[in-house]
Amino acid sequence: MYPSEFKYTKEHEWVRLDGDTATVGITDHAQDQLGDVVFVELPRTGVRTQAAQSFGTVESVKAVSDVYAPLTGQITAINETLIDAPEQLNTSPHEKGWLIKIKVEDKAELDDLMSAEQYQAYIGAEKES
Amino acid sequence: MASLTAAEPLQKTPLNAVHRALGARMVDFGGWDMPVEYSGIIDEHLAVRNAVGLFDVSHMGEIEVRGPQAFDLVNTLTPNAVARLEDGQAHYSALLYPNGTFVDDILVHRMGPEHYFLCVNASNQRKDFEWIESRNHFDAEAEFASEKYAQLAIQGPRAIETLGKLTATDLDAIGYYWFERGQVLDVPAIIARTGYTGEDGFEIYVAPEEGARLWNAILEAGEEFGIKPCGLGARNTLRLEAAMSLYGHEIDDTITPYEARLGWIVKLKKGEFVGRDALVEQKEKGLTRRLGGLEMTGRGIGRDGYRVFDGDRDIGWVTSGSPGPSVGKSIALAMLSIDKGEPGTEVEVEIRGRRVGACVTPTPFYSRKK
Repeated sequence: MYPSEFKYTKEHEWVRLDGDTATVGITDHAQDQLGDVVFVELPRTGVRTQAAQSFGTVESVKAVSDVYAPLTGQITAINETLIDAPEQLNTSPHEKGWLIKIKVEDKAELDDLMSAEQYQAYIGAEKES
Repeated sequence: MASLTAAEPLQKTPLNAVHRALGARMVDFGGWDMPVEYSGIIDEHLAVRNAVGLFDVSHMGEIEVRGPQAFDLVNTLTPNAVARLEDGQAHYSALLYPNGTFVDDILVHRMGPEHYFLCVNASNQRKDFEWIESRNHFDAEAEFASEKYAQLAIQGPRAIETLGKLTATDLDAIGYYWFERGQVLDVPAIIARTGYTGEDGFEIYVAPEEGARLWNAILEAGEEFGIKPCGLGARNTLRLEAAMSLYGHEIDDTITPYEARLGWIVKLKKGEFVGRDALVEQKEKGLTRRLGGLEMTGRGIGRDGYRVFDGDRDIGWVTSGSPGPSVGKSIALAMLSIDKGEPGTEVEVEIRGRRVGACVTPTPFYSRKK
């Protein structure tokens, strides 16, 4: 369910690093909590993200949710297909539902994020609280 | 998300364990632990529009009024014409403050000449009961009866076939906003042809200990029609498309029936009732604001509480907003300045600091084909 090559945030985003490009999305747990996603608002490419700061919003039928950048860097791509097919965040959160790609400035920021194992323990604990 | 403050324990309906076993997502809804969705809001919404859905609405409150002057008490506290109700008939109405604003919106059922059954909102039920008690100068007794009932709503075009499999009562013979006392399975039930979805359907009131058994029987009976258990999420999108009011959103203790486009529940000719003088005055002076419909023309969803603008002028606020799964657009109800309420008027909704275009539209957004 949670790929071991990804890193995860406490705000339920995932990151996949290829070279110095990080792909960012929301986790399966996040989409499950949100329910049917109907609208995604993303910045333009070229905008610089700051780790732990909001870069966009994901809206389901019932709620609006901010999404936070796991890493600092320049946005090099956004997932344009989500404009017409936001439901990909529900059906394929870890693949087709990716949100943005970031050119990473400091890979050490990845050390602050959780492994798949840690993330699963984290959401397990959250469910019980 | 975790909180260390000790909150009041959430209240539970008799079906709480059933919802959890079905894997429902549960939320705190006005102090009640309620299912917001099972298979997904859109899926459940469309099941109700196209087939049938089942809702646990046992959190709703019930107040029963009995006695020789039961009519006088109910007629004095509500604006609709209680005298027009026959045994077995119900109507939509309200409890109003003397200034004409809402204590609550309610359903009044006439069980008999000296017995009325009120269905009221979950989060207002104590307040409503205390309000009725404080105004009860009649030979009538009001009973807080919420603990005596579980309430299930079977809604959608196939609701009648679904419920029909479980009761000998002739459902076809029950008109819209009428009810019968009968049995569902072997359980005594009030079977009312009412609802909060804009579809045909029924709301049944039964003893709480029978709620779970009936829930399961209804799901089984509706299986061949594609029944889905539905949560409060779909209940909200369904009622919003049908432009039905929700307390705390379209109506509250600052808004009058005229402002909420509910003038049809105000029968001034019936004589005195609490709130009448204020409503007469408001009618004479004219309204400054009124509820209207909005369709978003730009990209975005106008959510509850967002402000509405005409250029630089703040002309009101969104009372309820959501994507409308059956209308295929993002829709909202909004309290608008009276001069900006005409359908076709172009306005803007401020969505998190950004202005997004919207157009005033007639309501309801959705009407079922009769």
